[in-house]
Amino acid sequence: MDNTSFDHLWLVVIAMGIVTYLPRMLPMVLLQKVKLPAFINRFLEFVPFAVLGALIFPGILFSTGNIPSAIFGGIISIIIALLDVNLTLVVLGGIISVFLWQVLIQ
Amino acid sequence: MGKGIKDSTILDSERSVISETRLMFFEGIKAGIPIAIGYIPIAITFGLLAKSTGIPNSTAAMMSFWVYAGASQFVAVNLLALNATYWEIVLTTFIINFRHFLMSASLSRRIEQPTSKKWMALISFGITDETFTVASTRNEQRLSPVFVLGLNLVAFGAWNAGTWAGVFLGTGLPESIQTSMGIALYAMFIGLLIPSLKKSRPLFIVSMFAVVINSILYWVPLFSSFSMGWRVITATVLASAAGAVFFLKEGEA
Repeated sequence: MDNTSFDHLWLVVIAMGIVTYLPRMLPMVLLQKVKLPAFINRFLEFVPFAVLGALIFPGILFSTGNIPSAIFGGIISIIIALLDVNLTLVVLGGIISVFLWQVLIQ
Repeated sequence: MGKGIKDSTILDSERSVISETRLMFFEGIKAGIPIAIGYIPIAITFGLLAKSTGIPNSTAAMMSFWVYAGASQFVAVNLLALNATYWEIVLTTFIINFRHFLMSASLSRRIEQPTSKKWMALISFGITDETFTVASTRNEQRLSPVFVLGLNLVAFGAWNAGTWAGVFLGTGLPESIQTSMGIALYAMFIGLLIPSLKKSRPLFIVSMFAVVINSILYWVPLFSSFSMGWRVITATVLASAAGAVFFLKEGEA
């Protein structure tokens, strides 16, 4: 076993935790009462929707290990989401459609 | 007699504050369920991967508890397996997770006022791609910190429970279920995005612009050095800035 190379690993984990927490924490704590220019506020209002776009595509294509099944699951998720149903149903619909694709078609 | 009435009035109002707080907390827990469904299989995979690279079980569990950031944990484990230096691992973690900076800035505008700095520091620990997008797409303009806490606890609990299952039980889900569940968080993102796109043309254009930029960064060889974190940051900044420039009426966004 090569465990000698993992000496002081807990120090790395703590350092990882610190460099992850600071960017999460600083804007929340420092910005909440600051009055920002209108442009910045508008920018920040768009952030969630830009983030969602960037998180979905192209990442979704590689999410199931098989691109056609992922595309199928994505289309079914879009159709279910268009019906304005509960979010959990969209998630379950996506999972089940990929599962059926893999069992029946792949 | 008069005093008695007054006292009971105070009690009633206190009780209603408490029950509203409790309601908000449960509302947060409910909102976190789709995230939990998506996190568990990924966290199990993480636990199994960490185990297979020979990292001590306690270290893998500690990583999920203390770092709590999926993509960076996978990368860190891979780097450890490749014998990367510790500095390299910490720097890479910082780069991958820096995108939360933007999310934290955006979410800071949405939390109910006044909320103490302690509360803000506490709930900011739970910011992930998933909790941020679930919280931000809520209809309420101002979010209760208790709601965010409930949401964060479910997501955090699922991530850690999944890690423990992978590390200590050493068994995953059946292959076909595991791969099908890979789409869960993407389906959730779609479910969060679509209702807003139906309502607002500016939001539709901004998110599609982010998709285009992200795709260019992903597929054009010139940008192949961009990590996942930088792709999301670049696409988000450019698309949101374009939105802020072109759509002047705030009511529309």
